[in-house]
Amino acid sequence: MAHSYPALSPEQKKELSDITLRIVAPGKGILAADESVGSMAKRLSQIGVENTEENRRLYRQVLFSADNRVKKCIGGVIFFHETLYQKNDNGVPFVRTIQEKGIVVGIKVDKGVVPLAGTDGETTTQGLDGLSERCAQYKKDGADFAKWRCVLKISERTPSALAILENANVLARYASICQQNGIVPIVEPEILPDGDHDLKRCQYVTEKVLAAVYKALSDHHVYLEGTLLKPNMVTPGHACPIKYSPEEIAMATVTALRRTVPPAVPGVTFLSGGQSEEEASLNLNAINRCPLPRPWALTFSYGRALQASALNAWRGQQDNAGAATEEFIKRAEVNGLAAQGKYEGSEDGGAAAQSLYVANHAY
Amino acid sequence: MAHRFPALSPEQKKELSEIAQRIVANGKGILAADESVGTMGNRLQRIKVENTEENRRQFREILFTVDNSVNQSIGGVILFHETLYQKDSQGKLFRTILKEKGIVVGIKLDQGAAPLAGTNKETTIQGLDGLSERCAQYKKDGADFGKWRAVLRIADHCPSNLAIQENANALARYASICQQNGLVPIVEPEVIPDGDHDLEHCQYVSEKVLAAVYKALNDHHVYLEGTLLKPNMVTAGHACTKKYSPEQVAMATVTALRRTVPAAVPGICFLSGGMSEEDATLNLNAINLCPLIKPWKLSFSYGRALQASALAAWSGKPANKKATQEAFMKRAMANCQAAKGQYVHTASSGAASSQSLFIASYTY
Repeated sequence: MAHSYPALSPEQKKELSDITLRIVAPGKGILAADESVGSMAKRLSQIGVENTEENRRLYRQVLFSADNRVKKCIGGVIFFHETLYQKNDNGVPFVRTIQEKGIVVGIKVDKGVVPLAGTDGETTTQGLDGLSERCAQYKKDGADFAKWRCVLKISERTPSALAILENANVLARYASICQQNGIVPIVEPEILPDGDHDLKRCQYVTEKVLAAVYKALSDHHVYLEGTLLKPNMVTPGHACPIKYSPEEIAMATVTALRRTVPPAVPGVTFLSGGQSEEEASLNLNAINRCPLPRPWALTFSYGRALQASALNAWRGQQDNAGAATEEFIKRAEVNGLAAQGKYEGSEDGGAAAQSLYVANHAY
Repeated sequence: MAHRFPALSPEQKKELSEIAQRIVANGKGILAADESVGTMGNRLQRIKVENTEENRRQFREILFTVDNSVNQSIGGVILFHETLYQKDSQGKLFRTILKEKGIVVGIKLDQGAAPLAGTNKETTIQGLDGLSERCAQYKKDGADFGKWRAVLRIADHCPSNLAIQENANALARYASICQQNGLVPIVEPEVIPDGDHDLEHCQYVSEKVLAAVYKALNDHHVYLEGTLLKPNMVTAGHACTKKYSPEQVAMATVTALRRTVPAAVPGICFLSGGMSEEDATLNLNAINLCPLIKPWKLSFSYGRALQASALAAWSGKPANKKATQEAFMKRAMANCQAAKGQYVHTASSGAASSQSLFIASYTY
């Protein structure tokens, strides 16, 4: 490698970097409202609502009609393709209602997982074909960031070296293509919480996965200052019999990130996975109170953890829309505080929790 | 990768992490006094002193017997094998003298370059054979950190992918073996300044090299909190016609590090390469004043940039001992100030003026 061929001009870099800083400005995080039609089917069936395009539109309207209180805690919203072109009851495109609140619009661009032959049920993610043209169109249609989710799982023989390498590579290709089109890529290498493994095992795997992701991003000449990371928190598997406190989760998570995520990355926006709304907030809060130096913003990109109560309050009834919107605003504000380590929680937060941090060398 | 076999126990990790932090605490840096016999020959020849074991011992004695207050600027000293076993004129071991000053003793562990066939004169580094046993012995003999220098160069088709991968891998093997024996590994992937390339090109290469190094360290299960990095600053090649300010060097250097060095690494101690004493100090100062978030300590591991004046003052004459020690102390203190961004160069007006010289980072 003798020469360098700059992937981006200084102006392109500045635009990307400015977008990221708007999304993860202090106290702000992301609403992941990009559930596919299939995922929305699951959510709506849980509240006995039919999965029609209109119902999906009405539901997103509940979220997007939140008032200016969300301006201080929501920096970005991830859309699904269909939603990007939908309008509210007054005929105003959702994209515009979000942008008018000063919130950045994002778009899910992956096309779901496909199997990796010869592995123990592992997958990669598709969506690279024609991605550049799609990104260019989405940029014209109001999107300034994108999201692509890769999935890895922990079991006896997984994640395999192939799964780690392949998913890291596909994330890097996606990120490179996004940046060429003025779109900030959110890089999401999710390690599922399924399994009975303990916290340490998850930390170990997370460190290996993230190291591979950042090597791939370097190899593909991705401009880190114009990206965001959307990882899992480091947690035990769902079936693990050991229970851990938010402080232990925070220490393991921050340690893993410190060992793998370069300081140039402006923000880490955690996914909530299977966590409850309150768990997701308490863990994020503990992460932001962790006494280790953290050079990136540590905030949220939550789907279920921002919407569960709202969905439940709505139940498909327009009369409930206002109350449902209030539920969403409430969780948004709580997570905005958690992203600054200022959430007092329903238990006692603050000083008592600080003493629960274990010295970092044990990790 | 299904299972995890911890490379180090919590106690081992704690010991390594504490050693690393001691070396770079409070603006302290490292004196690289590990010149091999051949390299000392070059240095001594310039001051017309014969390259004998006694002369080498005398010069090191002068440096190591300075006033104890040197321990405020110097956290660690890297020794060459011979020096670890030498004594002062009263028969006291150098390593004991240094330890009594509260300075951590380190040892050069690599055994020189070997060519990589099929490349444009690129090299890897030897020294892995029997390294574990050597480390165990050095630890018994008072060393708490090791150092291993890999060399990459910028030229036509260089550094090649092979050179980058091979050197990163050797560094990671060395680091892993050190940690197994209670030694903190200083990881040194030097991109040498030979050539006429500009600052941007050095930055690009440094980023590729460092990304490979940290991937290799991760692959080899190295405990980052118990390591230190010794990189080149990002500079233009020696023969580049364009001149850059310390602020430009600082911005390019810090940007490259931010993109590649995980926050878990406690300290980055720059090598001085061919820089003059004053340039090495000015650049380090500018690096510490750079307005980007820098989660690691940014300090020095200087050889020539700490010893050049001292060598000249000594010129092989014991009567010059005091002048030699003063020259060395002066550079040590200056670099400690620089490691805190507090160095005031007599010809400039200090921190405030250089702050304004930093260009917005996004252009890099």
